[in-house]
Amino acid sequence: MKDLKEKLMEYEVVIGLEVHAELTTNSKIYCNCATRFGGEPNTRCCPVCTGMPGALPVLNKKVVEYAVKAGLATNCSITRYSRQDRKNYFYPDLPKAYQTSQQDRPLCTNGYLEIEVDGLLKKVGIHRIHIEEDAGKLIHNESGNNTLIDYNRCGVPLIEIVTRPELNSSAEVKVFIEKLKAILEYTEVSDCKMQEGSLRVDINLSVRPKGESTLGNRTEIKNLNSISAIVRAIEYEAKRQIDEVKKGRKIIQETRRWDDEKGVSFPMREKNETVDYRFFPEPDLCPIIIDEAWLNEIKSSVPELPDERKNRIIAEYKLPEYDANFITGSKTLADYFEKAACKSKNPKAISNWLMGDLSKKLKENNVEITNIPVTPENLAKLVEFIDSGVISGKIAKQVFEIMWVTSGDPAEIIENKGLRVINDADEIRKVVIKVFEENPKAIEDIRKGKEKSIGFLIGQVMRKTNGKAAPDIANQLIRKELDRYFDS
Amino acid sequence: MDLTRLTISEALEKIKNKEISIIELVRSYLKQIENLNKTIGAYITVCREDCERMGPILQEKLDCGENIPLAGIPMALSDNIITRGVLTTCASKMLHNFIPQYDSTVNEKLRHSGAILLGKLNMDEFSIGSSNENSYFGPVKNPWDPERVPGGSCGGAAAAVAANMACFALGSDACGSVRQPSSFCGVVGLKPTYGLISRYGLIAFASSLEQIGPITRTVEDCAIVLNAIAGYDPKDSTSANIKHPDYTAFLKDNIKGLKIGLPKEYIEKGLQKEIKQKLCEALTVFESMGAVVEEISIPMTKYAIPAYYIIASAEASSNLARYDGIRYGYRAEDCESLEELYKKTRSEGFGFEVKRTIMLGAYFISRNCYDSYYKKALKVRRLISEDFKKAFNDIDVIITPTVPKTAFKTGRKDDPIQMCMSNIYTVSANLAGLCAISIPHGTDCNGLPVGLQLIGKPFDEGTLIRAAYAFEKNT
Repeated sequence: MKDLKEKLMEYEVVIGLEVHAELTTNSKIYCNCATRFGGEPNTRCCPVCTGMPGALPVLNKKVVEYAVKAGLATNCSITRYSRQDRKNYFYPDLPKAYQTSQQDRPLCTNGYLEIEVDGLLKKVGIHRIHIEEDAGKLIHNESGNNTLIDYNRCGVPLIEIVTRPELNSSAEVKVFIEKLKAILEYTEVSDCKMQEGSLRVDINLSVRPKGESTLGNRTEIKNLNSISAIVRAIEYEAKRQIDEVKKGRKIIQETRRWDDEKGVSFPMREKNETVDYRFFPEPDLCPIIIDEAWLNEIKSSVPELPDERKNRIIAEYKLPEYDANFITGSKTLADYFEKAACKSKNPKAISNWLMGDLSKKLKENNVEITNIPVTPENLAKLVEFIDSGVISGKIAKQVFEIMWVTSGDPAEIIENKGLRVINDADEIRKVVIKVFEENPKAIEDIRKGKEKSIGFLIGQVMRKTNGKAAPDIANQLIRKELDRYFDS
Repeated sequence: MDLTRLTISEALEKIKNKEISIIELVRSYLKQIENLNKTIGAYITVCREDCERMGPILQEKLDCGENIPLAGIPMALSDNIITRGVLTTCASKMLHNFIPQYDSTVNEKLRHSGAILLGKLNMDEFSIGSSNENSYFGPVKNPWDPERVPGGSCGGAAAAVAANMACFALGSDACGSVRQPSSFCGVVGLKPTYGLISRYGLIAFASSLEQIGPITRTVEDCAIVLNAIAGYDPKDSTSANIKHPDYTAFLKDNIKGLKIGLPKEYIEKGLQKEIKQKLCEALTVFESMGAVVEEISIPMTKYAIPAYYIIASAEASSNLARYDGIRYGYRAEDCESLEELYKKTRSEGFGFEVKRTIMLGAYFISRNCYDSYYKKALKVRRLISEDFKKAFNDIDVIITPTVPKTAFKTGRKDDPIQMCMSNIYTVSANLAGLCAISIPHGTDCNGLPVGLQLIGKPFDEGTLIRAAYAFEKNT
């Protein structure tokens, strides 16, 4: 009986996230060094960010503004008198042996994001957002059997966004992160380039029998840097924990590392005792006081957010919700869409291109939409040429391919390559007659009632005209020719 | 003429009148250092070549009519003040080989003012100590009596100025580290208001308490040096963005109507008889000049030492964590693992007092102790500040002895309580962010200097200088 109960028992997965986003400020959080990604090791650092004796931090005001912006965009309360604290621990990538962060008084608290999964709306609480500094990078040099340290990333400003444990599946987490990413991109707080590590996600996951209100022991999976890794790690870990619990084992509270190649997570070698970071207020920095004027200034800098933009795009361009959702999922995509759509009579067609051929191209070539040869204006022109019957949809794909390579104007491409639709009935009729002569069997089939073969004839006409024959005219002429044929 | 006896203003005057040249002045100091440093041990590093090079350069600029306020004045800095290109050790094995590639704001300012850096001064390792016996480079001796300590942590700075081995010096003061040795060595030491002097380039010990301060032979010199080093620094977030006055304008022999407060808690017990007597004399001097003396009360002051100890060691435990052997300074050899490298480097690189302070400080801010120690200490600190604020509603300056006893004999450094007690009158000014000055006031029966402390309102160094100057002129 007990076994049966166990088998029937359903489990609920409970997930909370800690998201680290690098801010797009030009300079670091406590000094003037540049924040740009990469660079020769140890060329973007100074006595301050390398923690040399006697050097002192000076807070970059932009960091506060960006974090507050992120807080406002995620419905947080803004802490008007906040503070920075030292988080003390030893590691070679942390040159001061403490990370300046925020403990008791984070800049933003108590926000939420609304997500939609399978048609259901859900509010996911955001516990807090605080500012902190990034650490350097260790480079393990296997041939030399030593470890080198690059401090370029040291002091790059981060916000840490901590959600409440209110997510219950990998699908919810995926939608939540996509939405959060979109918001951070829209507000230009972070470029959210997961592959460069500017957005990193830690997952806290536990399982419990459905209906239970207390949380189970959780594990933490650190530093996931792609959405697919996040989804896979969650699914693996949820299954692992449920299996453990079903076997009657206790979940060990621990930090795990996800191996994306092998598709497994394993415990990180760490001491069992929890680390005491000995947080205390950073004496080298003053409290951050955000007065009404400053807050209003930041408020006014918050741009239109994804949800608002989605609703506006639906209303303004009469797009289906599905399309609007897709397009507003990324700010740059939405920007591109609007630039093209405002020049076009057929926004839906633009949307189709963006969701179809264009997205495929971006993925194939691994490029950003801000960086492609096809301008939004030219895409709008291309759509116009299709709609006005200058070229066929099939030809348009050819034109698009050429535009992608040469960044040319579609009008010129069509003219130079002679891709314009043939509307001249006489010209098409000549081709039709030729096709009839060459395919007596097909005509015989049609006579016997095999209607399908008409399509074959049309195909032959298109082939002989390189796809340029206006299909409706070709169709008409073929039917006329057949009538004449059978009559005679 | 012994040029090392000249005060800053006298030396400047003589250089200006071409009675002496800068290089002569500098060389007489270098000679004095050569003669005395073996016995006194005030210097860790002497910058002979730089001095020889800078002297003529400054002389030429001056001869061309350039206005350089401290042109050619030979000075020295405590070795916790960063000097670009010059060894900066903090008197520790940990930094025994550390030559910074950047500069402290005060050194930059002094360089621009034309002062010449004679060298770097001995101190208690990482500013931890009150007798200057905790230095990796050996103890400093009191020039008045080599059997006795010069005080600490900036014992080298006070001893150097007292023994004419520097025209002036800068030290740092977190609980009395400028004033207590100044008192022990019979010189003038100022702890400016927190935020008046940039801490950029001061190797941090207790960040929220310490300020760089001048040690000079006269109050006038103190005002001159303060003018050169005070002021807002965008590189230090805790530096105050205010305009400071010309401190030499306060060098007036007139304190009529000045209200002086005498905290009754400071003259109760443990005070050396002669120091008490000296204090009474001082009050008479002030009254004779037209000042009014009132008794005041700073009740929370009895908790000042423990509160200081908790806050300072907590901050120090974090500030000193960066010395891990990874990037610079001392690194232990033959380590198999990262953990071993940390442990060996820090065990071997730090002296005993430093390690004691780090251990205590880490304990005070550990998760289970934070509320009962660190948070409570911050509360006491706030209450002490309020006590002073209240007192300053009715008075202009507070008068106290600088220390309860004159310089003690060497070899007592293993008595940390005794060490702490020598800062009992000085520490409150740091907790409350006030300014305070120690000025010499004669000697005791052993011929040892006695110091008098004046404490002022935040950023009211002017009044301190005025009162101290008047006192100096009338004693």
